[in-house]
Amino acid sequence: MRWLLLKDLQILRRSPLQAVLLVAYPVLIAVLVGLAVSRGPEKPRVALLNEVPTNARVSLSGKKLPSANVQRRICAKVECVHVGSRDEAMAKVESGDVLAALILPEDLVNKINSLSTLSPGTPKVEVLVNESDPLKASMVDDKIEALLAQANLTLAKRIAVEGGRYLNLVIRGGNLPVLGGGVHILGLQASAHILEAIEPALPNGPLKVALSQVTEFAKQAGENLDIAGPLINRLAQPITVEKVAVGGSSPPLETFAIAVAATLTLAFVAVLLVAGSLALEREENAFPRLTRGLVSSEALLGEKVLLGIVVGLVVTILMLAGLTIFVPLEWSRVGLWLAAIVVGGASLAAAGSALGAAAREVRAVSLLAFMVTLPVAFLSLVPAGTVGRGLYDVIKVITALFPFKPALEAMTSALEAGNGGIGAPLLHLAILAVAYALIARLALRRFTRV
Amino acid sequence: MQARGLVKRFGDREALRGVSFEAQAGELVAVIGPNGAGKTTLLSILAGIQGADGGEVETGDGAVGWVPQQAALYRRLTVEENLMLFARLEKHEDPGRSVAEMLELTGLGDRRGEIVARLSGGNQQRINIAIGLLSRPGVLLLDEPSVGLDPRQRARLWDFVAGLAGRGTTVIFSTHDIQEAERYGNRMLVLADGEALFDGSADELREAVRTEAPEAADRDFETAFVAYLHHRGH
Repeated sequence: MRWLLLKDLQILRRSPLQAVLLVAYPVLIAVLVGLAVSRGPEKPRVALLNEVPTNARVSLSGKKLPSANVQRRICAKVECVHVGSRDEAMAKVESGDVLAALILPEDLVNKINSLSTLSPGTPKVEVLVNESDPLKASMVDDKIEALLAQANLTLAKRIAVEGGRYLNLVIRGGNLPVLGGGVHILGLQASAHILEAIEPALPNGPLKVALSQVTEFAKQAGENLDIAGPLINRLAQPITVEKVAVGGSSPPLETFAIAVAATLTLAFVAVLLVAGSLALEREENAFPRLTRGLVSSEALLGEKVLLGIVVGLVVTILMLAGLTIFVPLEWSRVGLWLAAIVVGGASLAAAGSALGAAAREVRAVSLLAFMVTLPVAFLSLVPAGTVGRGLYDVIKVITALFPFKPALEAMTSALEAGNGGIGAPLLHLAILAVAYALIARLALRRFTRV
Repeated sequence: MQARGLVKRFGDREALRGVSFEAQAGELVAVIGPNGAGKTTLLSILAGIQGADGGEVETGDGAVGWVPQQAALYRRLTVEENLMLFARLEKHEDPGRSVAEMLELTGLGDRRGEIVARLSGGNQQRINIAIGLLSRPGVLLLDEPSVGLDPRQRARLWDFVAGLAGRGTTVIFSTHDIQEAERYGNRMLVLADGEALFDGSADELREAVRTEAPEAADRDFETAFVAYLHHRGH
């Protein structure tokens, strides 16, 4: 077996393009994933035209609220490109220099202030977006909606605070600042006390009865309006979210990204190399000569799986080592990495040998290996709940029949503690390795026809 | 080597129908017949590549070397690496020495380091045969060994094969080139549609043609042979 392995490695060395791809591919993947996971997502560039006068403030009952710094908040979420006119904003959107333009009109604050008057206006902001790219348009919609929701929330909270303060003044009394001076407000509670004190001094009669009713109203209003304060505050954000994780533990995003990159590399190397190498035995007419007493078909399959494991191991470890430049990896868990790579590599190589035995020609095999590996890898990344239940069940079955998903699970578990046990995916991979080896052995019968 | 009543079926089609023959040490036996006659199937059964559905093969002592029609070697390896690989797989005690012997035998010693893919078809075929000889076989089976070779390469090939037979190796080769079979074969086994029509020398085959297809007896051997097959219903 070792001589066959040596022969395959010699052939690999003699195919510079293949060898370069095997090294360059994981290095490229490592660099891309490394850059992706070590840098935060880039902020979308949005043109901002703020026509609101700098001294304009939202006011409530004649009192100006402190600045909510909406512009600063927006620019914290997106990369603001300040523009001087609507035309400039439009030109930037059309040219693709910015994803969208947000225009805050001059009368925005006045319209907001009008909400508390008898003739309320409709405050509007304008969003310019280039909809030639539906994906981009959808992204802009989501981003701008989120920004506006946040701006509305900020505004609502400030209004609620001021509303609560006024309500407190009505209940408890105090000083209301008006036009630089102040007006004393008695308040419902003090009014009730005064009325209670006056009531015994009045003679019985309709006037006393009426005063008693007013006193009772002032008392009840003073007591009960107390609970309106928290209600007004809740109006700003009536629903809060409490996230409770039930079942499953999701790995950190960067660990998952590294596991995906490593498994993808291992899958392509093991499946393509083994499938191609086995098909090459047929294409070079060497298979009948080899299996004519020199090696058994089983030994030849074993050698191919070993080839997939060895090359897959080297390339995947190389890739993980490359990733350590960008992201710290737990090298203390290298034993588990090796287990995941070796068992995953064996299972993927066995699948590759089944493909190689079934397709027989190197070109057909390469195409088939891509056609199988890429969609299965894609399907393995579809999370539950993002597609219909029936479709997800089908995806689950398909991905369970190919070693990519269990190899990804094993790799994720191996890379970091707390990402689920590695035993179940390794067992799954071992079962698939045996099943694919049997399929390959059956398919090899066709190789012997001369 | 002896074959008795060999039968091979592929589904409903009978590729061999009770073929029997015998070859002695140092004999050159040509298996001839039109395409689809069963030549390759017969040789692959003799080589043990596939089993027969009926009949039996006796090979006597010694290994049977097999050289398939298309060179069975690794084109991205060098001449020496190919020979070394198969010598190691044959478990030779001294693979290096066996490789040196084969390089000398094939006259490719000065091209030992060349990638096989860069060699001519004739030289690739010589390596193909050399690999078949690594097991030091008593019987060498060659499946259409001269296909794709130019006349000069063919001549060198047959000189080489004749040398092997001269040293006592039984050589059984298939061909559909009747002139080649006549020139290099001591005996001819004529197959058509899986049936053995004739087993004897070239002179005996000419006699059989003269008897069964007298109208073509005076024409060239190939035309006469085709007329003979036609008379036999093929």
